[in-house]
Amino acid sequence: MKNDISIVLSGEAGQGIRTIELLIIRALKNSGYNVFSTTELMSRVRGGNNTTEIRISNKSIQSFVDKIDVLIVLSKNAIFRIENRLSKNTIIIGQDSFIEDKYKNGSYKIKDIALSSLAKEVGGLIYSNVIVLGLLSGILDINLNLIKDYITSHFSTKGKTITENNINAIIIGYEKGKEFKLEIQIEENETVKNQVLLNGTESIAIGALAGGCNFISAYPMSPSTGVIQFLAKHSEEFGVVVEQAEDEISAINMIQGAWYAGARAMTTTSGGGFALMEEGISNAAITETPVVIHIAQRPGPSTGLPTRTEQGDLNLALYAGHGEFPRIIFAPGNFTDGICLTQKAFNLAAKYQVPVIILTDQFYIDSFQNIKSIDFLGFKVENYITKTDKNYKRYKITEDGISPRGIPMHGDECIRFDSHEHNEDGFITEDYDIRTKMVDKRLRKIDSISNESIPAEIIGSKNYKTLVVGWGSTYGVIKEAVEVLNDNDLAFAYFKQVYPLPNNTKEILSKAKNRIIIENNATSQFGQLIKSHTGLEFNKQILKYNGMPFSLEEIIKKLKKIK
Amino acid sequence: MKTNFDFDQIPETDWCPGCGNFSILKVLKQSLDELKINPKKLVISAGIGQAAKTSQYVNSNCFNGLHGRALPVATGIKAANPELIVIAEGGDGDMYGEGGNHFIHAIRRNLDIVNIVHDNMVYGLTLGQASPTSRRDTKTTLQLDGVYLEPFNPIAVAISLNASFVARAFSGDMNQLKEILKEAVNHKGYALVDVFHPCVSFNKINTFKWFKDNTYYVDENYDNTDKIEAIKKAFETDKLPLGVIYKNEKNKTFNENLNAYKNDNRPLYKRKVNLKKVEKLLLTN
Repeated sequence: MKNDISIVLSGEAGQGIRTIELLIIRALKNSGYNVFSTTELMSRVRGGNNTTEIRISNKSIQSFVDKIDVLIVLSKNAIFRIENRLSKNTIIIGQDSFIEDKYKNGSYKIKDIALSSLAKEVGGLIYSNVIVLGLLSGILDINLNLIKDYITSHFSTKGKTITENNINAIIIGYEKGKEFKLEIQIEENETVKNQVLLNGTESIAIGALAGGCNFISAYPMSPSTGVIQFLAKHSEEFGVVVEQAEDEISAINMIQGAWYAGARAMTTTSGGGFALMEEGISNAAITETPVVIHIAQRPGPSTGLPTRTEQGDLNLALYAGHGEFPRIIFAPGNFTDGICLTQKAFNLAAKYQVPVIILTDQFYIDSFQNIKSIDFLGFKVENYITKTDKNYKRYKITEDGISPRGIPMHGDECIRFDSHEHNEDGFITEDYDIRTKMVDKRLRKIDSISNESIPAEIIGSKNYKTLVVGWGSTYGVIKEAVEVLNDNDLAFAYFKQVYPLPNNTKEILSKAKNRIIIENNATSQFGQLIKSHTGLEFNKQILKYNGMPFSLEEIIKKLKKIK
Repeated sequence: MKTNFDFDQIPETDWCPGCGNFSILKVLKQSLDELKINPKKLVISAGIGQAAKTSQYVNSNCFNGLHGRALPVATGIKAANPELIVIAEGGDGDMYGEGGNHFIHAIRRNLDIVNIVHDNMVYGLTLGQASPTSRRDTKTTLQLDGVYLEPFNPIAVAISLNASFVARAFSGDMNQLKEILKEAVNHKGYALVDVFHPCVSFNKINTFKWFKDNTYYVDENYDNTDKIEAIKKAFETDKLPLGVIYKNEKNKTFNENLNAYKNDNRPLYKRKVNLKKVEKLLLTN
């Protein structure tokens, strides 16, 4: 019995790999297996080569692995890009004509399935993906009725014939899978059945709803768009205003208008779109309008690699906007944190009236995983709205820098927000003294914000001599690597709040003799931030910026070498 | 006469003596007052420029944001609280230049607001450069040999996008301006009021007299619901038409299309999220 297997589906865009992924991971989770899946896509709608990796394990997992136990080949030219990930143990399943001769030299176990002709028997090539779904179900010994139910509900709107054909496709694939007698069995875990399965996009969108989000405006940009699409789907049920803006500039300004009038609003974008929002961020800062911004990073500069992953926009988030002002930046590394931090982002934005940024990336956003469910009644939606009276001053100078926020039609006073430097009443001023006081007032908020910064989570040995530091989506791979290495001297500090740095950052870093920073970027932006705030440097860097996430093997190998 | 929209203490404006903005400010306050609008229900979303400063001089709610961005802010405000009366106000550079893309899309959304654009065909706050509506050959401090760009035609653009209310007024005729503004405020749907006004400091061509000589009012028999007739008006050049040029009340407003108001007409701030329901969404995901 193996307790950790990796299945890779490799084919062209438009072949329905996504459908296989969605249905098989659901079936696996509901059968009691931990699952993790991640997709790497070429930036095209048809053709090319895309791969989806599905990991199945007896323990909770969240990282990409290089190894391929089973490779399903769905088209020609689907192997060469991942050739170096194959081993003698890899089982390659596919139509004979899809597998180039050079792989048939006995190095790999090859199982032939006449996918095209089987699909044609069912009703056309379009059924190929569902045959593969059946095949995987057979190999993995998933209950056939369970998968049939999923198919029926998945294709419920497509009519009887299509549903029937798909059921036939499932059965044909399933029998074929059984025929192969691969006997892949993984230890089941009853508790997993009650867990929830979601992807990064859903973690952000659900977290937003839990934070009371009732307004989203965004301009579509991969890989961030799923968040607004998810909220659009649920807009009626949850009363969310959803608007596709004409550009990112509009989106960031629209959500400020919404917060001004009492909504809890967010936008979702990627680095390029966020760059267009910079002036808007600055406007939110001086008008002290709360904003929540989700940035799903992808490799830049400019168009870069639109469908790939990178942690290259931390500096952009840190320094975006002209002028000097506080902000908060979260970087969830797992979906539980994605939900909880996005939920919290709305409360903090409302409380401090500053931009709150949630930094994710393509790898985080497009991956699926099962997690324990969360007690939503533990969440509080805090609005920090003041009912105004005649003494109300919008920009009242206060000790902690927070001026109570009123909204129009709630109380006795009119509400004036101003992008110029302004006096306490919100009117233009050029008075030097007031200017200095207002800058100080706004910057004073950083102290309270810092005091409630979320500390880094330490994973591994408490008495570490070597500390690995990571943030955001590298959480899963570093955690698993540290667990695999199981070294008494080694620990991992996972930062989910990257700005302001948690107050104990210096303390946890000073304890280590050896400090290693791992980042999915080329210049170690977080390492630089830590250095500038604590004076502490990292002895070693593990950086990757080819557009792919780190693999587990890669991190283990590099940590072994440099530790 | 003092209106509900005047402050107890009259703020010092930074407009030049004789500026058309004074008349627009005065008429705006009078119009709102005559319509018995509660200042607490009114929000002016303004950009940056001499025209946008109007928002600083009206005693009401106000979001005086970025240059060019009054319309997106107004969109957010109106969508978050449909009970508010929202005016997006700024100059020709603010609305048609920096904010040109938002102008197009606010019209397409049929956002239920009044969009007042002070159109003096020149940049005032930055001291005299060409604006999107500057006529060809106008010499400025930057366009030394004269403007060679085709002037932006907001009326034609708005009509072509099937805007729900398109009007043009002249600050020199305060009575007509007031009538048009009042009609615009009462109108359900997006209402553009492009207001010609002279810039006494930087535009020596399009003066008070020039506007007086080069404009006329559409007559009583003019059918402003006829799109083709309206487009013809919009392209007239000998004399520029004033009045309500086009009206189209067929389309739903932006808010009427929002799912957020399908089952609940309360403003967003009065609602509470049902966390149990969000949890269920995750569990059944």
